[in-house]
Amino acid sequence: MPSKQAAEADTGPPLEEVAQWEGLEQTPEFKQLIQARLRFVLPATAFFLAYYFLLPLLNGLAPAFMRTDVFGHVNIAYLFALSQFVMAWLLAWFYIRRATRVFDPLAQKVRERAARGRGAAS
Amino acid sequence: MNLTLALFLIVIAITLGITAWASRRTGTTVQFWAAGRGIKGWQNGLAISGDYMSAASFLGIAGLIAFNGYDGFMYSVGWLVAYLTVLFLIAEPMRNTGKYTLADVLSYRMSPIPVRSAAAFSTVAVSASYMMAQMIGAGSLIKILIPSLDSTLKPWFNWTILGTKLDPSITVVGALMMIYVIAGGMVATTWVQIVKAVMLMGGAILLSFLVLLHFGFNFGSFFDAIAKVKAANGLNFTQPGILYPYGKTQVWGIDKALLENVSLGMALILGTAGLPHILMRFFTVPNAKAARQSVVWAMGLIGSFYIMTTFLGFGAATLVGKAKICAAVAPKCTPNSNLAAPRLAEYLGTNFFGTGGGEFLLAFIAAVAFATILAVVAGLTLAASGAFSHDFYVNVIRTHILHGHVSEREQVMVARITAGLVGLLSIWLAARVGATANAAALVAGVAFVIAAAANLPAILFTLFWKRFNTWGAVASLVGGSVMTIWLVSIGPGWTLPAVAHPAFPLQNVGIVSIPIGFALAILGTYLGELAKADRLAERKFHEIDVRAQTGIGAEPAAAAG
Repeated sequence: MPSKQAAEADTGPPLEEVAQWEGLEQTPEFKQLIQARLRFVLPATAFFLAYYFLLPLLNGLAPAFMRTDVFGHVNIAYLFALSQFVMAWLLAWFYIRRATRVFDPLAQKVRERAARGRGAAS
Repeated sequence: MNLTLALFLIVIAITLGITAWASRRTGTTVQFWAAGRGIKGWQNGLAISGDYMSAASFLGIAGLIAFNGYDGFMYSVGWLVAYLTVLFLIAEPMRNTGKYTLADVLSYRMSPIPVRSAAAFSTVAVSASYMMAQMIGAGSLIKILIPSLDSTLKPWFNWTILGTKLDPSITVVGALMMIYVIAGGMVATTWVQIVKAVMLMGGAILLSFLVLLHFGFNFGSFFDAIAKVKAANGLNFTQPGILYPYGKTQVWGIDKALLENVSLGMALILGTAGLPHILMRFFTVPNAKAARQSVVWAMGLIGSFYIMTTFLGFGAATLVGKAKICAAVAPKCTPNSNLAAPRLAEYLGTNFFGTGGGEFLLAFIAAVAFATILAVVAGLTLAASGAFSHDFYVNVIRTHILHGHVSEREQVMVARITAGLVGLLSIWLAARVGATANAAALVAGVAFVIAAAANLPAILFTLFWKRFNTWGAVASLVGGSVMTIWLVSIGPGWTLPAVAHPAFPLQNVGIVSIPIGFALAILGTYLGELAKADRLAERKFHEIDVRAQTGIGAEPAAAAG
């Protein structure tokens, strides 16, 4: 494998091979997989970035609010920081569930199609 | 003190035993670099935790919280949330397209000579900064916790090399990490990290349990006690704004403390996804699914641990107090935040089990910290020697410049030699840099910024941006690293004493250098297009796109052996 890869890098991949990968990229199965992933990953990433940066922003811009005690001396700032852990775990759990139920079967379909279309593809 | 030494020796004996066992499984490159890709998902999750939770996490965060209250907790939050970036965008595509190192993924599409050289440069920059911090920390820790070891070893290490006097403690840590990596490769490193992760979790759970027990498992009274601890600016320790006081100075018309916190956050949550020693761990599992599972295991462990850091830090702040967190051996008590966890352990042990209990818990936590450092430096050595031997020697010089075929035997031999060289070099550098102790904490932070500014844009764009090319990759890998190091060097905090009006106003440079890293990647790509320099990268995108998402043609797990 390494020697083949090295040869490719110097001369470029043969055009028919490029066409094969591009063809696979255009299959409905692959497009479905990419769409399914994007539909989860893009909003989830936007959400966790926003949720995360809200913490330092609020700490800096609304210090009085963040220092408000909720019960005893446990304040909003500490609870919000703790909620980040819960948020991260929940999103990870959602991702794993979506990946096993949706992404893996779709990827399997693409792999099967590749094996059918190209004989022994690897 | 003999007790501490005994526990240290037990840690050394266990890890050397693992290495002896592992050394029989490191004959081939896939075994040396990737443990034969036979590590299970949950095992890799433990190993990632062991690789990631450094002495900076354990001693550092507990100390930051003990001395500054809430603000120290911000590190914990960022270091966990960071794994969402890894899980969503990096782990599975890396496993599907990579072989042993970060550069393997990049050179899939790009011209191998410039990209592998540039990636080797940034990998060494990240790993070296991280390593320095760990080794210096290890040196000072051993000196404080078992001064007898340091003084006993002193006559043996009384050498001066190129004007730098060797440090006995640093040399011991360096020697051990060299043995693990040279003899046992990734197999030994993985299991040392797993043992360490179990010890670290055990230690944190025990101390947290005792802290909460002390307050009768009543969070109300625990937080009442924390709120009684006041900082110089009048805030109590449950409130943000002690480490970086808000509303005091402005930079570019914005509150400086706010900028520092956001900048720190950017480095923490984007940097993790670019740390070579963490990325390398994803090549040790059989497939993308196991890579995904290992991130989730790691998130569970790392998250639980970081929540416990508040119990340790706040516990030390309330039960021991800043004034008493120092090295007992010193004639005068100079507060040292790194000792918050050990001093807390001593207090709790004495309080619950008498003097002997205090000594035992102190020794136990010291041994945990020692194991922690060993596991992290082993992972770093492996990553740095991968950059030198696999990327630079084997793939750039031998394969592409000399057009030679490199046998397995030679590859593994070169890997071992470079691991040895990396080890020797870091022992020397740490002894040299260690003289200016304040730099230690700072250089660890720099590693995250370089990883986010140089490596992350290169990885993300290689995987997801069709037009990305060699010029863009080299621009971000080299430009991002150099930019970050330069900004830190002209900023506050690098020189002692701190400059009053540094050329760059912020200690955390991520807010500037990370966007620059991404911008350089984009700019380089368009310049490369104009120069018509790299036609291959776009053609090969289709292949990496399909392979990253589906795992077609991914490196298989080696046969069990």
